[in-house]
Amino acid sequence: MFKALRARFIPFILAFCVTAAVAAGGPRYTDSGPEPLLANVLAQIEANKWEAALRQTEDLLKAYPNFRLAHLIKGDLLLARTKQLKAFGEGGTLAAGDKVADLRDEALARLKAYKSKPNGDYVPRYLLQMQADQKYAVVVDTQKARLYVYQNDKGTPRFVADYYISHGKLGDAKLKEGDKKTPIGVYHVTSSLPRQKLTDFYGSGAFPINYPNEWDKRQGRNGHGIWLHGTPSDTFSRPPKASDGCVVLANQDLDALSKNLQVGLTPVIISNSIEWLSLDDWQAERQSLLTMINEWREDWESRDTDRYARHYSKKFQSDGQGQQAWIEQKRRINAAKSWIKVATGDISMFRNPGKEEYVVVTFDQDYRSSNLSNLMKKRQYWIKEDGRWKIAFEGAA
Amino acid sequence: MLNFRNFPCRKTLLAVAFAGGTSLALISLPAHADNIQDAQRFLKQGQHSQALEQVDKFLSGKPKDAQGRFLKGLILTEMGKTNDAVGIFTKLTEDYPELPEPYNNLAVIYAQQKQYDKAKQALEMAIRTHPSYATAHENLGDIYARLASQAYDKALQLDKGNASAQSKLAMIRDLMGSRPAAKPAAVKPVAAEVKVAETRPVETKPVATPEPKPVAPAPVATAPAPLAVAPTPAAATPAKPAVEAKPAAEQKPAGDANVEVAKAVASWASAWSKKDVKDYLAHYAKDFKTPDGESRSAWESERNKRIARPSSIQVSIENMRVTLNGADRATAKFRQHYKAGSFKASTSKILEMVRNDGKWLIQQEKIGN
Repeated sequence: MFKALRARFIPFILAFCVTAAVAAGGPRYTDSGPEPLLANVLAQIEANKWEAALRQTEDLLKAYPNFRLAHLIKGDLLLARTKQLKAFGEGGTLAAGDKVADLRDEALARLKAYKSKPNGDYVPRYLLQMQADQKYAVVVDTQKARLYVYQNDKGTPRFVADYYISHGKLGDAKLKEGDKKTPIGVYHVTSSLPRQKLTDFYGSGAFPINYPNEWDKRQGRNGHGIWLHGTPSDTFSRPPKASDGCVVLANQDLDALSKNLQVGLTPVIISNSIEWLSLDDWQAERQSLLTMINEWREDWESRDTDRYARHYSKKFQSDGQGQQAWIEQKRRINAAKSWIKVATGDISMFRNPGKEEYVVVTFDQDYRSSNLSNLMKKRQYWIKEDGRWKIAFEGAA
Repeated sequence: MLNFRNFPCRKTLLAVAFAGGTSLALISLPAHADNIQDAQRFLKQGQHSQALEQVDKFLSGKPKDAQGRFLKGLILTEMGKTNDAVGIFTKLTEDYPELPEPYNNLAVIYAQQKQYDKAKQALEMAIRTHPSYATAHENLGDIYARLASQAYDKALQLDKGNASAQSKLAMIRDLMGSRPAAKPAAVKPVAAEVKVAETRPVETKPVATPEPKPVAPAPVATAPAPLAVAPTPAAATPAKPAVEAKPAAEQKPAGDANVEVAKAVASWASAWSKKDVKDYLAHYAKDFKTPDGESRSAWESERNKRIARPSSIQVSIENMRVTLNGADRATAKFRQHYKAGSFKASTSKILEMVRNDGKWLIQQEKIGN
């Protein structure tokens, strides 16, 4: 009987296009999510091993009882025995076509991500430098519906885990309140909201991030309440585009991730599509920026305001001051000093993903001078202007 | 000879059970047959406690008898004593693992209890014992569809609040539910059709062995009956061998008639392939013997449904041999290749044909070995 069933699933698999022979030879990571099983199921379907596919789908459901995608595949596998299926989730399309499309998207996203696990020799371009006490960094790829966790291994980001995520219903590049989009940019976790303080909708917890950041505000972006959070208790995962702008993880993934999140510290960089740099290129980019920061520090110490001024962009803005006002104020201050010593420590540098080219630089600044000393945490936004890195914003972090 | 797998392919789960029961009757001792037949009659009339009484009487003399126990299982099912019925059928599967019917009926009860996984297992066992047991295949198809529907509900969160989703699904369920198979209510009328009286005088032979003999495993080579189409198999060994054994008739120069019969069969297959139900049905004689003895209209509407369901059907015919029995009767034997979508099945078919007003029509359709 099963021989007769063979070709039944073929069209659906073709429609799937991401076949499951994925990651067969590639490097193996700690695959904790459902993707390996899911990929196996699809590989079995492709190999016309229906029985095995169904068995593995049931295994998958044992491990993830609320995994709707697996239920859908199970439905297909069963229905394919009674009639020919032409499309993925066909038995459900009549009743809920858009939901089937969502699950199909989820399947594609999960398999694509599983197929293209990050290569250990490449790092997201955005993680130029982590502070020593930032143990982990989070990088999100909205297109891939994926969140990557990097560990700070003595300054070098090392890939440790990745999870399927959902983002805004209407995509990314958030501009304003209520646009149902997820912001693109460099953020960090600002607090931790435990399950008890939340409704079931947010699942096992939530981690708000600091959208809109200084840069967003400057660009006139608004909105609030962008969180990383979990899923309702009856839901394993949501479609790739499902939230009002938040980044949503499966509860067990959020639980795993939360162990690595440090409130006020852990960077959360949300990109549309991660740019990867080889470790060599990453090192070079990092060095060139560190050099510029060091030049800026030395030029400040030199009390030569013109030399110092070349590090500031025409677009510079801080506390309502533009570039000219800022420079003139520095000129007056510097004139009153006989010496300046500036030390920078514990620098972090995170590059903004997307079209706007800037790097968020944060460091401990130890400023001493003939008439004033202070210690502060400083944040600067460096942008590329006329082929050079320049400061567009500067202030206390 | 036990020939369960060739038993009339009924859509009704319990009905098959009855049919199976009938066939079991063929080998039971005539001495006790009265109790059994009384029990069957009472059951048919809905007098369950009397039926139970009779079958218990019978079983007191022959506690191991498969047919009696089977009938008791049916009666208990009818009485709503499903747990007892499950017990009986389960024990039968243990004592006679080669019989598909007890598995099949277990599956029906499980399905009624919405234990579809167990139903599935039972049907798979039925099919393992008899790979070409059409009813089990058909029922399994139903179970798969139900399991699929459950899975889709979970996948798509088609909860009760989702009115549109529900109504659509309910429609599908109803389509299946309306098949006599699943509805306990429908069981009775069909059960009433058990043709004990009809078959007995012709076929009851006093057989020495009251217990079912170990049945030779069904030839696996026989492709399973297609799920989508009821190939309406009838008893494999034609009840009247007379039909076949007439080589003498072929002495007539009957080449033309042979060709005509072959043409009629080809035309029948072509109408079926085109899903032209009207034309297809026009190939059957007025006095066509419906496979289960059901009314012509019931059979037609069922054929109509089954032919309409698959998106495409292809029926081709191979190795046809026509035997003429006089001027107006013929037997056409051939290998029928059926394909609905990507589902394929090959079956040996025997068509008993009659000539009416110069047109060859099908009077009976059987599955051969």
